[in-house]
Amino acid sequence: MDMKVKYRLPSLPPQAELDDIDQALITLMQRGLPLSPTPYADLGKKLQLDEDEVIQRIQKLDNDNVIKRLGVVVRHHELGYKANAMTVWNIPDELVSELGTCMGQFDFVTLCYRRPRRLPEWPYNLFTMIHGKDREDVLANIALLAKRCNLDEVERKVLFSTRRFKQRGAIYR
Amino acid sequence: MNLDTGNKLSEQQLSQLEMHLLNDFQHGFPLVSRPYKKIADELGTTEETVIETLNTLQQTGYVSRVGAVFRANSIGASTLAAMAVPGEELEQVAALVNEYSEVNHNYQREHHYNLWFVLTASDEHTLNAILDDIEQRTGHAVMYLPMLEDFHIDLGFDLGFDLEPDSGY
Repeated sequence: MDMKVKYRLPSLPPQAELDDIDQALITLMQRGLPLSPTPYADLGKKLQLDEDEVIQRIQKLDNDNVIKRLGVVVRHHELGYKANAMTVWNIPDELVSELGTCMGQFDFVTLCYRRPRRLPEWPYNLFTMIHGKDREDVLANIALLAKRCNLDEVERKVLFSTRRFKQRGAIYR
Repeated sequence: MNLDTGNKLSEQQLSQLEMHLLNDFQHGFPLVSRPYKKIADELGTTEETVIETLNTLQQTGYVSRVGAVFRANSIGASTLAAMAVPGEELEQVAALVNEYSEVNHNYQREHHYNLWFVLTASDEHTLNAILDDIEQRTGHAVMYLPMLEDFHIDLGFDLGFDLEPDSGY
């Protein structure tokens, strides 16, 4: 396969060391930052930390990529992006890093993970979540992705969602 | 299906301030003492208005939260799981899966494997116990597909609004 696209390297440092205070901070942050003038100071009060330490710890979690991003987390569906398709690909193992990295840089791809195959019933090892306003929009994005990352020869399956039974942020405990 | 429904709806219902807040601060949220004040200064409005507006956006369901998106498996253990459930049992099985507070996403998808959910727990042991429990209670096998590698650089999602560069509110 001819790979001509310039790739950005994924930044995946080894698992960060998290102490008890980090864990407690993360647990507290799962429901979001307080919508108050001083959210970091308010988080700190609950953990007996001062504001600066809260900010420094969040900064470090962000640098270590434990936090992928900090900001407004929107609900796609409510904002008119009503269709999403989990698109799965059966990619030769030796190419999965390269192709995954290519796919992971498109902004309509909101998730791009390598996962294990479960043979014989499940041969797919790369999972992408593709959003769009409707089916056609999603399919157009998938076609663009396939073209730009040279995936036309790769076996794929598009699994549209037909019903949402539950959606919320993860709760770790 | 009307192709434009989604965005037209949003743009009719949302103010410029709301659109900026939804679109421009999905990453790089200020790590300063008064972040909402900093955002307000950038958008030419007041801290109070920013906080109020975010509150409203959260209440109307456009915003899930203001905060962090954590990398999968950097804390705790999580996995994607799928089940092939006969159509007539699907609602019942989906409801049973939803009972677990460790399940944070649960979708029906068009495939022989028609129920897809994400489980997140404090550790692998708890995770496996829940998977076993679901199998036992439903009588259906669960195919679990933990993440092995993450290739996604998460900068949020461009909502494609037609935004004016700036203005007073």
